Amino acid sequence: MIRRVIRRRRVSFNRVLIYAVLILGAIVSAAPFVYMILGSLKSYGSVITNKFWPWWPFGDEPVQWQNYPEAIETIGTDVQWGIPLFYRYLFNSVLVAGVTVAGTLATSIMAAYTLAFIDVPGKNILFIGILATLMIPADLTLVPKVVMMFRFKWYNTYLALTVPFLVSVFGIFLLRQFFMQIPKDLYDAAQIDGAGHLLYLSQVVVPISRPAVITVALLNFIWSWDSFRWPLLVTRDSGMRVLAVGLQQFLAGEGGTKTHLLMAFATMVVLPVLVFYFFTQKHFTEGISRTGIKG
Amino acid sequence: MIGRGQGNRVSASASPLPRRPSPARRRRRLGEVALGYALLAPAVILLLVFEFYPLGLGFRISTCDWRLGCAKFVGAENYIRAFKDPDMWHALMITATYSAISVPVQLGLALLFAYLLFQRIRGMQVFRMLYFMPYITSTVASAAVWAYLFSPDIGPINKFLESIGLPGQRWLSETRGIIPLFFSYFGIQTPPWLKGPSLALLSLIIYTTWVFVGYDIVIFLAGLGNIPKELYDAARVDGASGWTLFWHITWPLLSATTFFLLLITVIGTFKAFNHIYVMTLGGPGNATTTASIYIFNQMVSYNRYGYSAALSFIVFFIILILTIIQNQVAGRRVIYD
Repeated sequence: MIRRVIRRRRVSFNRVLIYAVLILGAIVSAAPFVYMILGSLKSYGSVITNKFWPWWPFGDEPVQWQNYPEAIETIGTDVQWGIPLFYRYLFNSVLVAGVTVAGTLATSIMAAYTLAFIDVPGKNILFIGILATLMIPADLTLVPKVVMMFRFKWYNTYLALTVPFLVSVFGIFLLRQFFMQIPKDLYDAAQIDGAGHLLYLSQVVVPISRPAVITVALLNFIWSWDSFRWPLLVTRDSGMRVLAVGLQQFLAGEGGTKTHLLMAFATMVVLPVLVFYFFTQKHFTEGISRTGIKG
Repeated sequence: MIGRGQGNRVSASASPLPRRPSPARRRRRLGEVALGYALLAPAVILLLVFEFYPLGLGFRISTCDWRLGCAKFVGAENYIRAFKDPDMWHALMITATYSAISVPVQLGLALLFAYLLFQRIRGMQVFRMLYFMPYITSTVASAAVWAYLFSPDIGPINKFLESIGLPGQRWLSETRGIIPLFFSYFGIQTPPWLKGPSLALLSLIIYTTWVFVGYDIVIFLAGLGNIPKELYDAARVDGASGWTLFWHITWPLLSATTFFLLLITVIGTFKAFNHIYVMTLGGPGNATTTASIYIFNQMVSYNRYGYSAALSFIVFFIILILTIIQNQVAGRRVIYD
């Protein structure tokens, strides 16, 4: 009897320890975000003296909402369009991510359809060739790709920011695997109803594969939003920069001393993606654990 | 695996005399093949132009003194120069150190957290979501925030250390090694050859760990989920528990996942660029100049396209060799089910 009680207590102590470690990990994961968001709402003085909560009820500082408009003003103006640079960065980032995601989906779905359903000569060789590009690291082709952008006269244009990323081997592979699980009977049934390949693709295959399509779209969106080195290399004008490049330049320049404004800028870059993530996180984690592809 | 089950689709639904298809059928078959190629074309063309062609062009650039074009063919000169370049060796050493510390730390922590999360934890989804958050955040933004967390004067990390009676550090701007730093706190002088990695590099490793552990946890969790529950039940019936279960069931059956993560993480550390560029630009001095930073600087700051293309190939071959070694050493011990 006594032994059983002791054993149960030891088990529950283990449980407590496990939860303590997990919660500590969660705090470490979240702390930088908390620091960023709180910092974006403090005065400069409160940020640099590390006052955790300078507002009511522990302090008398008002919430510094004006940090956001002030940050946008400090970043500067886009001379080309006559709007604040921040909005131009935002426009560029959204445009690049939108075109990249839409283009990648289109090319991947089309290629994956042929690879899964249409019997064309040389298909296996093509598929192996496509997969082989996964072995070519982006770093290896960085210098020649920059040279190509100059030769194509794409340097400092939206073409350089989007066209090289309109294809994703990861997308092709994931969608092909998904398509191949669709029962063959469905195609036969569609053919009896008089549907050709294109109709079958758009009316049956894509709707059925929604989870895989969403995963490909989300991951490509995140990678596009995260891209930094390429846009830094192939753009010159401040009006052509994306948010990530603009933020780095702000950190290297004025934002390096105006901490509260930098935090506001960083929050504006991170928050949309975080909110987006909270609603779609199942697709992220499932997509990643299914494919294990790292960006 | 390739072309499973649909290779014979056309002939299966075709006429009973497959040797002589009617003209109408042949036309339809031709149309189908044309459609197939047309659907493949955009992806294949883009891959040819932006993956295969640059591979060849890159090699050509690496054999040139490149100024907008191949000004002079120099053969292997860029490669020979790379092997004689002490800065390049230094960059490779920094990369190797970065990799050698961050890979085991990252994977060890991730395995610990995944294993704990797997113990029927309440709120497991919430924990997983929080751990994964740094991975999906824009690297530049989180690196900028961490640059402030590490700040010697105004950063909260130093403030915290000082509040518990420990000395503040210079973190990202500290070129001294962590071993003399640690011992100097106790007033012990270490011999000058005993340095260890610089604190600046260690700070970058802390950041990298923060970003990628969540990703590794998600993969480990998927691997843990694939281990049949019956094995644990059977072992428990035999009286095994705790560590015995871990070492005799979890660890061997997780080896395929661990091996996969090992490969991907090593490659990832060799490619690391964005956060290093944002937080230190490779400095102070060249304390955090990894190979990828060095290659970037050679191209952008010095316009040495040929040299930097040659360096890219060298680093690629080093990664290739490392991957092959990992396959030979660790790959054999992997248990696939």
